[in-house]
Amino acid sequence: MRHILLRSLYVVALPALLVTVWWLASDGSTDVFWPPLRTILKTFPDVWTGERLRADVLPSVLRLLAGYTSAAVVGVAVGTVIGSYRRVRAFCEPVLEFLRAVPPPVLIPVIMLFAGIGHTMKIIVIAIGCVWPILLNTVEGVRAVDSVMAETARSYGITGVARLRYVVLRAASPQIFAGLRQALSIGIILMVISEMFGASDGLGFSIVQFQRGFAIPDMWTGILVLGLLGFFLSVVFQLVERRVLGWYHGRRASSRRSP
Amino acid sequence: MKGLNAALGAAGLAAFLALGEAVPRLGLVKEDYFPPTSRIAEALWRELKDEVFWTALGDTLTGWALGLAIAVTAGILAGVVISVVPHLREATASTIEFLRPIPSVALIPLAVLLYGTELRSVLLLVVYASFWQILIQVLYGVQDVDPVADETARSYGLGTWARTRHVLWPTALPYVMTGVRLAAAVALILTVTAELVIGAPGLGKNIGIAQASQAVPEMYALLVVTGLLGLLINVGARTVERRVLAWHQSVRGEVAV
Repeated sequence: MRHILLRSLYVVALPALLVTVWWLASDGSTDVFWPPLRTILKTFPDVWTGERLRADVLPSVLRLLAGYTSAAVVGVAVGTVIGSYRRVRAFCEPVLEFLRAVPPPVLIPVIMLFAGIGHTMKIIVIAIGCVWPILLNTVEGVRAVDSVMAETARSYGITGVARLRYVVLRAASPQIFAGLRQALSIGIILMVISEMFGASDGLGFSIVQFQRGFAIPDMWTGILVLGLLGFFLSVVFQLVERRVLGWYHGRRASSRRSP
Repeated sequence: MKGLNAALGAAGLAAFLALGEAVPRLGLVKEDYFPPTSRIAEALWRELKDEVFWTALGDTLTGWALGLAIAVTAGILAGVVISVVPHLREATASTIEFLRPIPSVALIPLAVLLYGTELRSVLLLVVYASFWQILIQVLYGVQDVDPVADETARSYGLGTWARTRHVLWPTALPYVMTGVRLAAAVALILTVTAELVIGAPGLGKNIGIAQASQAVPEMYALLVVTGLLGLLINVGARTVERRVLAWHQSVRGEVAV
């Protein structure tokens, strides 16, 4: 009992302290750019009503999901192919390394040429930005499949889809998830930035609007919403990862504890 | 074997460039949108002779290096303090987990209001984004300290400073270097982004200008430059990592972030 109390104290204490400090330090603030936390929180429910959630947050999140999912599918599929053949890997590697090194946001102007400024452009930008970490991590993961395991599977006659599903992808999944996690933060960045460019809805769009209209408390609430969204997505990701990679984390934890 | 791989890689690169030349020439995509490789190369050559380009490159590199340096210093200091002082790790865990996933681009409007298009707006974004990469790696690294080594150091009467210096730091260093490598890439992304979106001077801003004035080959040329820059940073970071950790390569662990 005491243990649980102590742990929850650890979890809550510092955030509470920080919020209190923010509240007190900004309370009498007359600086336009740093409005009192009280004002920000009072503005929050006015700005982020159901209407705005539906009109701005929902399209943003849907675009993120669409882009991210297609990047994941393409990245894992192409990565598995490239990772399985040594020659293909050597052939593609330099080009892939270069494409990955291009900072994804500079793709926005390029893709705007092709796809205008609509939904498609944003989804493509997110997908292209997210695909490289997933693809390269999949390549690495597939390449590093334990040769003993691969041989064992072969001698048991596990081939084709079963081999892919239970041996290759399973062994590569910790790496693939590392790529997926990197891609998630890149995806959020691209979601926001593509909306800051040319858009008529979305989170990035409304935050820039508030800033240009000098609606500073509203802008702060937008920053808070983005923060909460980022936090929420990362929690969801962790839950999924823990489910999918439970076997792996369990093994690592036990090997760490044993010595 | 290595020679064959390099040859295949070069062939891949050549094929990629040839594809870039052929696709627009054959009319598969409009040349206005996607100029052939040769025209991009031409534009790149023009850029290289232009002083404006070199100033922009200098601005970008300044923002990147300064931001990365601040983030690395702050991340290492914060990480070591958090892990050395008792109970601080537990007390800060929830806050770090909450702040870390906040996308740094959320700070763009604030940066614009506070500093306009100055270098400081770029730094705000770059430092925020790269700080977490370093901090998390330092924390993981310190967790990895062998309890036996630590106890031994204690029983020999080493103080907090000496233990930090001789036990904790060497253990954490491989993780720190991984953090630095990741942060270097993130810092470049955020530098260019800030220039593109906020309009701070640098390569990103020039890409925006080229796009707005329909100078498509120039835009691609600048994009290629940012890619090469990213590649150089990546390779450079790996080389430094290998040098610094020459004694340690075999036991090096990388925490996926």
